[in-house]
Amino acid sequence: MKVDLSALAAPLAVGSGGVVVLVVDSLLPSSVLRAARRWVAAGISLAAMALAGWFVGRAGTPGETLGGAYVLDSFSLYLQGFFLVAGAVVVLVSLGGLGDETPPGEFFFLLLTSLTGMLTVPASRDLLLLFIAVETASAPAFVLAGLERKDARSAEASLKFFLVGVVSAAIMLFGMSWLYGWAGSTGLAEIARAVGARPRDPFLLAALFFVMVGFGFKVSAVPFHFWAPDTYEGAPVPVAAFLSVASKTAGFAGLAVLCFFAFQAAAGFWAPLVAAASVVTMSLGNVVALWQRNVVRMLAYSSIAQAGYMLLPLALVGRGEATDGQALSALLLYVAIYAAANLGAFAVVSAVKRQEGGVFFSDFSGLGRRSPFLGVAMTAFLVSLAGIPPLAGFFGKLLIFLVAIRSGAVWLAVVMVLNSVVSIFYYVAVAKEMWLPEPAGGAFRLSPSLALAVSAAALVVMGLVLWPDALLALPPSAVLASP
Amino acid sequence: MWIERWALTLAVVVPLVGAGVVALLPREREALAKGMGVVVSGVALLFGLLALTRYDFSLGGMQLELKLPWIRTVGASYHVGVDGISLPLFVLTLLLTFLCAVYTLRWMPEGGSAKAFTALVLLLETGMAGTFIALDLILFFVFWELVLVPMYFLIAIWGMENRVYAAIKFFLYTVFGSVFMLLGFLALYFRASPHTFDVVELVRMGSSGAFPRAFQNLVFLGLFLGFAIKVPMWPFHTWLPDAHTEAPTVGSVLLAGILLKMGTYGFVRLALPILPEASRDWAPLIGVLAAIAIVYGALCCLAQRDLKRLIAFSSVGHMGFVMLGISTLSRVGVNAAVYGMVAHGVITGMLFFLAGSIKDRYHVREIQEIGGGMLAKLPYLGGVLAYAAIASLGLPGLAGFWGEVFSLLAAFNPAPGLPLGLYRGLAVAGAVGTVLTAGYFLWMLQRVNLGSVPERWIAKPMPDVVLTEWVAWAPLLVLILALGVYPVLVFGVTNPAVTTFLALGR
Repeated sequence: MKVDLSALAAPLAVGSGGVVVLVVDSLLPSSVLRAARRWVAAGISLAAMALAGWFVGRAGTPGETLGGAYVLDSFSLYLQGFFLVAGAVVVLVSLGGLGDETPPGEFFFLLLTSLTGMLTVPASRDLLLLFIAVETASAPAFVLAGLERKDARSAEASLKFFLVGVVSAAIMLFGMSWLYGWAGSTGLAEIARAVGARPRDPFLLAALFFVMVGFGFKVSAVPFHFWAPDTYEGAPVPVAAFLSVASKTAGFAGLAVLCFFAFQAAAGFWAPLVAAASVVTMSLGNVVALWQRNVVRMLAYSSIAQAGYMLLPLALVGRGEATDGQALSALLLYVAIYAAANLGAFAVVSAVKRQEGGVFFSDFSGLGRRSPFLGVAMTAFLVSLAGIPPLAGFFGKLLIFLVAIRSGAVWLAVVMVLNSVVSIFYYVAVAKEMWLPEPAGGAFRLSPSLALAVSAAALVVMGLVLWPDALLALPPSAVLASP
Repeated sequence: MWIERWALTLAVVVPLVGAGVVALLPREREALAKGMGVVVSGVALLFGLLALTRYDFSLGGMQLELKLPWIRTVGASYHVGVDGISLPLFVLTLLLTFLCAVYTLRWMPEGGSAKAFTALVLLLETGMAGTFIALDLILFFVFWELVLVPMYFLIAIWGMENRVYAAIKFFLYTVFGSVFMLLGFLALYFRASPHTFDVVELVRMGSSGAFPRAFQNLVFLGLFLGFAIKVPMWPFHTWLPDAHTEAPTVGSVLLAGILLKMGTYGFVRLALPILPEASRDWAPLIGVLAAIAIVYGALCCLAQRDLKRLIAFSSVGHMGFVMLGISTLSRVGVNAAVYGMVAHGVITGMLFFLAGSIKDRYHVREIQEIGGGMLAKLPYLGGVLAYAAIASLGLPGLAGFWGEVFSLLAAFNPAPGLPLGLYRGLAVAGAVGTVLTAGYFLWMLQRVNLGSVPERWIAKPMPDVVLTEWVAWAPLLVLILALGVYPVLVFGVTNPAVTTFLALGR
């Protein structure tokens, strides 16, 4: 098999960057301060990502290698670009928001390794590669969640995440093995053909079910969501940001490849299940978020609800070629807009945690008056997550509404609209806490890297209304290219 | 000329940019922030007046239009323009915000920094003014919702004791309505062929019968929920007394003066012309709710002990007259409605300024506590209050008269096809409402203005109307009289537009 390294350049660059980080960090004499080590490691990470970004930018489409298992099309390039930008923001957040005890070399090595897996997920067109990519993305994250070694809750978060991750991987692999046995190939193109030929075979349906349940854990869809709040709460805040944005998107990227491409012909079976999961996920996430007094847990349940919104376009598959393309575009756009707001929100949370030591509502008390910059930005992130115009979140939701109504699933749009109204309660509750009480405590010290991360996210969230096509025109409406 | 193309846009963009600049000022520079507020809203008003000079008052269609591509993916465009229905409301918005900025030069409410307050008011201005010029449903929705967040914070930070509850109630109530409105917009988009969010296109399709009747009724339901809550119509009015009472003076002025009109404007601009058949089906129900609002609002006013709350409830009744006019679907009725919107904006805006100024002197709002004798203690303030209250109760010769009287006239003679008997009954109910309105305003004046000064206030030094207040109020006081003696000021503008759009459906 001929391997085209240029097609694999982006994940290779990031993966080797991770190794370089680990080696350089271990070579630094122990007299070098932790802060300096952190800057070195982050600098190498950003350089590796920039290099990968350059490769993504100049890649020709469609390109493929590994015998058609790895395909570069507009879909995978878009998501690779997304993961690199999101990863870079997480690096910035980590620079300013990590605890002093966190070992920087290990941290950035794990981050880059996970990112390598993520870059591979959207390009995978083979069950085996897909599984390896998804687990390469997940496994380092288990350790990342437990990196605050002196914090018992961080260890608990890591263990819980690990157990759930292993179970979900096992279920997914089980389903994939059935699928291989049934279709006689691990190539998604062959599987798609087989599914098209016999879409009602009960053996196939059982296999699909297991695979999708496995992904349900990854994207924290109800009822496989329970690990998320505990893990986010215990993990270092930058890791929670990474999990809630990048890991979740990796899960959705894998699901999208399967739903829009491999399993498309059997949509009649699984689309109603996904619709049900979408409705239950958004509703439960929103209702439980109402009761949270810890902002990270609130954001965790909010991100469960958001996963429900993102499942909605998947539930629309199989209603016609045109709407399939639009549903995929809506999903990809929503993911990007959600990522901007959520990364921004977690960046603010990590600034608050550095300063106040906690992330309860009371720690946000009067934040807006102590640091108007953080207050305004956080308010914008929350309002955007709630989907209120003119902020970016509205346009993301609008596109999902449009494609839902266009494909005749008006009731799904109505459920999502009502859920958005419910979500306003808890998003506004944080905003209220930031602005209404008199501030307790002095001015805020904000690290430049956090300020940069917050500004970049705020620029996207607030500026999109002026030039929506900048982002809205980006997601490839052409569906995945087959190998 | 660039003015024709850009004046409307600049009037909306200038406050937005101004809000950003004010937000970046250092916190200690309070005077600078307030001054910036006056200058920025003044420039916006100037652009509004410039637009006025380029407007041809004899025509009925859209003028000063600008259409630029905005969201190509869904075919939404930045399309703005004004006709005789939106122009008066647009200019009123710019004027009232400017006057509010002048007023806060002296009476900046307490609770937060002056710069944040000014920035939020300017942001609010962008949303309000934009709503009246937007000719694209998505653009309309964006401006419509842009109003919420600044108003929420204006109430929640600078409001009275119960501010947090009132603010969240306002916010959620309005959002709840507007999501159904959005669903209605999306339904229109998909039913239109070719798919479009453009209001002018949709009006053309709607009036030529492109939408089936059952579909129209369903969409109307969505739009109705959004607009009726904003107006607010009875029984969706419960957020209003809380929000108006708890808001800082400037917030109440803009809430009553402009925000409520966004709802009634929505009916006239979108619901009636795009959904003509559904409008006929819904009109009797709207008329009945409007008549209930008129009588109910007046009865509630009779029971109020709090001056600000009384004015707030009076809005329910006045907006009832506006809705009654709209529900007749006749030329006279819709003209009366737009006139009523402008008159209510001017008069009730003025009344809320007065309620704020009275509170600043007495530090109480209960009519009982004020105890009477204001004409003796503060002759100018008392005089202005009497003037505005009498205008509000609809005395001929002042602004409040024409909207109400033509609404009632229209209800006696609604558009053909509407149940005549029912509407005549509504007209009678409305007439009873005017009597009750006169009753509670006169009673309020008697208790506040007349009588002797209570002992506790005699020795207390209080300034009468100060210069800043005169400057902020003079335009409104003049307008109240001018609109009253020369109603053509508004009718002359609205009539061509109303005639044009009512003719579309025939």
